[in-house]
This record gives sequence, structure tokens and C-alpha cells, in this order.
Amino acid sequence: MAATRTGSPANTEIDLESLQRSLRRPRTLFSYVMSLLTGGATIAALFPLFSVLYMLVVRGSAALSLSTLRELPPAAMAAGGGFGNAIVGTFVVVAIATLLSVPCGILAAIYITEFGPETRTASAVRFAAKVLTGLPSILAGVFAFAVVVAMTGKFSAPAGGVALALLMLPTVLLTAEEAIKRVPMKMREAAIGMGATPTQVVTKVIVPTGAPAMLTGVMLAVARAAGETAPLLFTALFSNFWISRTAPQFLPKTMNDLMKPTASLAVLIYNFSGSPFENQIALAWTAALVLVVIVLVFNVIGQTLAGRSSD
Amino acid sequence: MTPGEAGAARDIFHPGGRSGDQEVVPAAVDISQPPSAFETAADRIFRRCTLAVAWFTVLLVFWLVFSIGRQAIPSIRTYGLGFLSGTEWDSNRAHFGILPAIVGTLYSSILGLAIGTVFGLAIAIFLSEGFLSSGLDSALGALRLSQYSWLSSLPNRIENVLKITVELLAAIPSVVYGLWGIFVVIPFIRPPADWLHSHLGWIPIFGTNLSGPGLLPASLVLAIMVLPTISAISRDALVAVPPKLREAAFGIGATRWEAILGIFVPTAATGIFGAIILGFGRALGETMALAMLAGNANVISWSLFSPANTLAALLANHFPEADRIEIGALMYVALVLLAITLVVNVIGTLILQRADAGLKGLR
Repeated sequence: MAATRTGSPANTEIDLESLQRSLRRPRTLFSYVMSLLTGGATIAALFPLFSVLYMLVVRGSAALSLSTLRELPPAAMAAGGGFGNAIVGTFVVVAIATLLSVPCGILAAIYITEFGPETRTASAVRFAAKVLTGLPSILAGVFAFAVVVAMTGKFSAPAGGVALALLMLPTVLLTAEEAIKRVPMKMREAAIGMGATPTQVVTKVIVPTGAPAMLTGVMLAVARAAGETAPLLFTALFSNFWISRTAPQFLPKTMNDLMKPTASLAVLIYNFSGSPFENQIALAWTAALVLVVIVLVFNVIGQTLAGRSSD
Repeated sequence: MTPGEAGAARDIFHPGGRSGDQEVVPAAVDISQPPSAFETAADRIFRRCTLAVAWFTVLLVFWLVFSIGRQAIPSIRTYGLGFLSGTEWDSNRAHFGILPAIVGTLYSSILGLAIGTVFGLAIAIFLSEGFLSSGLDSALGALRLSQYSWLSSLPNRIENVLKITVELLAAIPSVVYGLWGIFVVIPFIRPPADWLHSHLGWIPIFGTNLSGPGLLPASLVLAIMVLPTISAISRDALVAVPPKLREAAFGIGATRWEAILGIFVPTAATGIFGAIILGFGRALGETMALAMLAGNANVISWSLFSPANTLAALLANHFPEADRIEIGALMYVALVLLAITLVVNVIGTLILQRADAGLKGLR
């Protein structure tokens, strides 16, 4: 620097060549190579997804028909058959889990945002929710086994529902918290100014306003729960039969209908994936296709609601 | 309130009062009123309810630990710490040890995490550092298409599509990945694995033959499953790097990668590290992919191609058909898994909180 300052005007001229980006210089070359590698890694990481989707469509659609969606699982080597009971079972178990986790998650979220935001309870709840987020799904199954199956003495849909509810709870709770936080303060103040009690503020202003965003969380949690296998393996177990003996067979009509092993798509895929029989493997792929479609539909509904609530 | 009082109230606010206000103001006065006794009571009950539910959520965690721990106590008494170092799982002789499962859990998780981190970080950097826009800009410049304005929104759109695609990866159920692993990954990696074994078999990690399920296919699928976690959290950490650091780095003439590796990644390092720890927690607890792909064999081996077992896969494979004694042992396994994942997740959460606090000073 000093040299250029004291030198003749000709020397102060900047060497434009040195400012050009050239691949011959190691720094630029390094940057260029790293950029290529990163782009390549990104594209490579997308391959599995396309491979999964391709295989699901190609192998899954082979056995897909209306009767696959309506019939019972076939015996080994037997032609035909389907997994109607597993589709119904998945919805029943997830519905039980939703009924358990959504009220619980939203009420707890209301407490930690509205009634006691700075309290110790609130930070304990947040911490508990984060711990539950990282809970391995199979441990939710072990918990439901220890609490529900060991107590009732039966593998059942409610046991599976409890396991899934434990996994849904943190998602519902944390998204509901975010949803409530995003309700503008002036709406609260307006309601309080009208003489509303805190409860009325929550039920008449905050919950209706935050509902779409809360529903996003519920939908994402449902999507996750529908695909879970590990918690159902030894809680809902599996069944080759319909839930009810009397028509319509897919509707549980008595408590007894619920308190018995229940089929689910995820467990069906797991059981049939290890099967040596071609027809059961084909059904596993078809069930996987149906399961992914169900999961993605709930995901898309959730994302659409999220997009709408942020507008 | 009587109409007269309402009229007086109006006069206070509008001394010059126009007659048109007369319909509006009394209505407003009627809407705002003190809560009735019933409403106050309902309010108190509702608040207590939410408090009770909030505490229930906290207690749930303790209940979880308690219910698993209580059922594990008999087998903890019987097998003691030798359970952790035993290598056999024989339910007929009631002889239980989980060392192979612990080793397999750590081995597969670390391997899966390493692969997942490389690709996850690449995606995070790719999506956060504007590679697409600069790449497309130069491509458009070369093709002389830069005057079309709709093309300039293309990078953002592609970035969005990529983000959604990575989210899709996270949405696919793990049992579907397991199915895909059995019928796609294992046949795909078998020829290269056989080649490596026959040519480089003297290296311990290629020491055995890939007979089907094994550690490598399981770890590869695991990598795909932790990738969305890592890329999403690292991307957030990279986006949160203050713009002035960015501008300063480029201002002193750093190339893009000197800036990324010298400034952005170190600044976001705590966040990225937290992401890796949380991904590790997820890999440790992942069940289905490993139950379907790892081979369920109580073997301790360095080889990537050897069948293995993990704690979660052990639970999944043995629980459905276990008798009373084996269930006790499996509860012990669950407790060990719970302890490991709890510790890892709490560390990850604390690191992410610190990352958030650390960046506050820079903003």
C-alpha cells in the first residue's frame, strides 16, 4: 500500500487483471469446485426421494384396484385379497389419538401463552414438549404397552391410540403455541376493553383467529401418526379381520369391537415386507402407496392452511 | 345503563354532538359490560383446567419414565449392569445381554449421521447462499435471456420446490423407507459391496460379505431419514447469520467459499452442531428402517456389510412375541434407550438455545 501511495501515478493504476475472476487462481478454483460439489450433493440427495416415489407408483399401482381397498388380507399364495381392514384400522387408531392429544395440546398451549406465559409451569411444559418431540416412537409404544395393554390385558386400538397420542402431543402443543402467539395483541386488548374475561378472550377471539394455524399443527401431527409403525407393533398389533362382525363391518359399534387387536396399514407393510410370497409383497407395495397418499394429503391440507393463515 | 346516561356519555366525548351519533353510541355502551358472576366462575374453572392440563403434560414425561422404569426393576435386579455388557440374547435360557445392540445402535447412528450431515449441510448451504440465483443469472446472461422478468423469479421458485421436496422426504413414513431399502437399496449396493469385500477384504470395515440385510443399507436409509432434520435446522442457522457479516466478508474480497467456510459456517456453528445432535437423537431412536434392514443379528463387527442389531430394532423384533420374563428384559432395554436419547436430545436442545442467545449479540 505504502509503495503505491508514494509511487508515480502510473503505478497507482489498479491491476485490473488481478480483479478478474479466473479459474487459474487457486482461491477461485476452490470456490468453483466446492460450488459444483454442493450442487451435486443436493441433486444426489434428491435421488432417493424420486426413487421411492417411482417405486411406489410402479410397484404400488400394480396390485391397486377397488377390491384391494375393500377386501381382507389374503393367505400366502392366495390370489386377490386386499387391506380394507387396515385402512379402516389406521383411521380408527389415528382418530383415537387425535381425540386424546388435540384437546390436551391446545389447552396446555393456551395456558403457556395466555394465562401463565412467564411462569415456571410454562417453561416446564415447553421443556417437556421438546423432550417428547425427541422421544423415539417405539418408546411411546412401550409406554402404551406398560400402561394400557398391561392394565386391560388386551392388545387394542385404544392402546395404539394412546401411543400415537403421545407422539402427536408435542407437535400439536408447539404449533398451537406459535399460532396463539401470532394473534395480534390489539385484538386481545380490544376484547379485554369490552369487559371480556380472559376465558372469553381465549374462546371468542384467540382460538377462532388462531384456528387455521392450530389446524396446521393437527394435520401435520395426524400425517406423522398415520405413518408410524413402531408404536403399533405391540399395542394395536394386527388383525386379519374387520373391526365389527355385523355390517357395516368397518364401523366399531361396541366397546368390544375396539378392545381387540386392530389392523393398520403401517404394520401390514412391515409384516408383508418380510414375506417370501409374491402376492403379499405386492400388497405391501400397494399399501405403501396408499399410506403415502394418505400422509401426503394430510400434509398438503396442513401446508395449505398454514399458507392461508400467514397471508 | 339508562339512555340518559348513555346520552351523557356521548356528550362527554362529542361536546358538539351530531345527532347522527345517537344510534351508534348507546349500542357500543351496551356491548361492553362487566362479566357476570357466572362468567367469572367459568373463567376461573377454565383457567384451572388449562393449568391442570399443562401440568399433566409435564407429568406425562415423568409417568413415561416411571412406568417403563417400574417394569424394568425386576430385570435390573436380576441382571444388573452385566446386562449392558452381555453379548447373548436367548429367551429360552432367560439369558439377556445388549452389548451388540448398543454397539450396533451407535455404529449405525454415527455412520448414518455422518452421511446425512454431509448431504444435509450441502443442501442447507445450497438453499441459503443464493447459489441458484447466481448460477441462473450467469446462465441467463450467457443465453441473453436476462430481459425476461419472469425468469428472474425462477431461482426463488426452484428453491421453494427444493425446500418442499426435502420436507417430503421427512413426511414419508419410515416403514416405507424400510420397504424401499429391502427392494431397492440392498440389491443396488450388493455388487459394489461384493467387489469391495473380495478385493479389499483385509480392511476390517469390508471384512464380511453382504448377505442381504446389514449395517450399510440400514445406515444409508438412516442417513436419508436424518437429512431433513439436519438440513432444515442448519439452513435456519445459516439464514440467521447477520447480513452485516455477509457484506463485510464479501467487502474484503473473500470468494464465496472463503466467506462460507471462514465466516458463515463458524458463525452458525452452534446451530449446525445442535442440528447434528438432534439428528443423532432421531437416528438413535429410529426403529422400523433398522428392524427391517439391519438383520436382527447379535453380532459385534467392524464390517459395514455384517448384519447387526440396534436397541430399537431389538424391541420391535422381540416385543410382539415376548413372554413375561423377556418383557421384563425388554423394558430394561427400553429404559437404556430412553436414557441415551433423553441425554442426547436435552444436549441438542440446550445447544440450540445457546446458539439463539449467542447470535443476539451480533444483531
